[in-house]
Amino acid sequence: MINKQVAELAAALDGIKDGSTVLLGGFGAVGQPDELIDAMLEQGATDLTVVANNAGTGTRGLAGLIAAGRVRKIICSYPRSDDPRAFDAAYKAGRIELELTPQGTLSERMRCAAAGLGGFYSPVAVGTQLARDKEMREIDGRRYVLERPLKGDVALLKAQRADRWGNLTYRKSARNFNPVMAMAAGLSIVQVKEMVELGAIDPECVHTPGIFIDRIVVI
Amino acid sequence: MTPLSRPQMAWRAAQDLSDGGYVNLGIGLPTLVADHIPAGRELVFHSENGILGLGRAPAPNEVDPDLINAGKGAASLLPGGAFFHHNDAFLMIRGGHIDVALMGAFEVSERGDLANWTTEDPNFPPGVGGAMDLAVGAKEVRVLLEHTTRNGEPRIRKQCRYPLTAERCVRRIYTNLCVIDVTPEGLLVREMVEGMDLDGLQGLTEARLKLANDWQPLKVSL
Repeated sequence: MINKQVAELAAALDGIKDGSTVLLGGFGAVGQPDELIDAMLEQGATDLTVVANNAGTGTRGLAGLIAAGRVRKIICSYPRSDDPRAFDAAYKAGRIELELTPQGTLSERMRCAAAGLGGFYSPVAVGTQLARDKEMREIDGRRYVLERPLKGDVALLKAQRADRWGNLTYRKSARNFNPVMAMAAGLSIVQVKEMVELGAIDPECVHTPGIFIDRIVVI
Repeated sequence: MTPLSRPQMAWRAAQDLSDGGYVNLGIGLPTLVADHIPAGRELVFHSENGILGLGRAPAPNEVDPDLINAGKGAASLLPGGAFFHHNDAFLMIRGGHIDVALMGAFEVSERGDLANWTTEDPNFPPGVGGAMDLAVGAKEVRVLLEHTTRNGEPRIRKQCRYPLTAERCVRRIYTNLCVIDVTPEGLLVREMVEGMDLDGLQGLTEARLKLANDWQPLKVSL
């Protein structure tokens, strides 16, 4: 029998190693798996590379991981969200590396990894600092820059509902990066508000099919 | 000569949005444009975090913590609106499915280069968000900016001093003094506030301006 639900946060995060690349769902605070991220503090993995749209707010969640010195590098589009004090302090002190990536390029690099592709040519960032040192190519008269796939060892995600097979639905704009991150990581862990019986999610309305999900914890 | 206020700039930009258009409004001044859409026009506002059909800011008792706009403020959804994930949101942007992107700007060059993502201030880490995607991918990019900096320096320049968001992407510029089109022949002034003339405007602009033959006074009903 398949049952991806685990009882506790500690079990959900079991086995995450030092040096992992961790994808964190969310756009600002919305759709961000706060409880899973907070539990990473206790879990202990360090020297992490974090992929997220923003770089943490206030003192909890990603900001807490950064303040604790557990994040070596962040790949994000916009570190200057509300109250980025933990990231700012680490950045100024030279304790964290920043790889700034246009937002659509960030999500497409993950989709590329999920789809087993070796990269893609994008017109975004051509002629800017963010295309520096990247391979350029002209296709049908337009210039493109080669972007490489971005794969996670782990994804920490948030959804509204799950069944024991790992089929997920999200709520409103809390969907954002969660579906692509679920597809782009080797180990995808989701916190959900509610577990439902198999079949209770209309199969026409499954947002993330269970094949992409490994562990579920109810918060 | 009275420069336009920020709401008046937003009002002017709103007049050019056609019925039925799919439009992305940037953070800050462009967001105000939604408040000034002329009666009888139906527009679909896109938000980079996976929304089409963004409505007005909700009343305090209608705020939903799972529903925010690109600026991370509380948002609402119109009947007919849709949610989708980030790849689809940016496929719409990058793939030319958005009719108009209205964006803020630090500077614009005479050939339509846009600089709006970093001032290279060493005290702040840079952030780009969806700006480069929008600048490259929308069918038409229009920008709203104050004509000069607080110190009176021109922001419409021969070349941008700040790092570029994208090259040759801006089609129309709205400032507190004028409306300018970026054309293959250079910058063409379409409208100026009353009391302003081309010499006066040129004195506040580094790039060379031409006055359109059919130029009009920039009038705002607000």
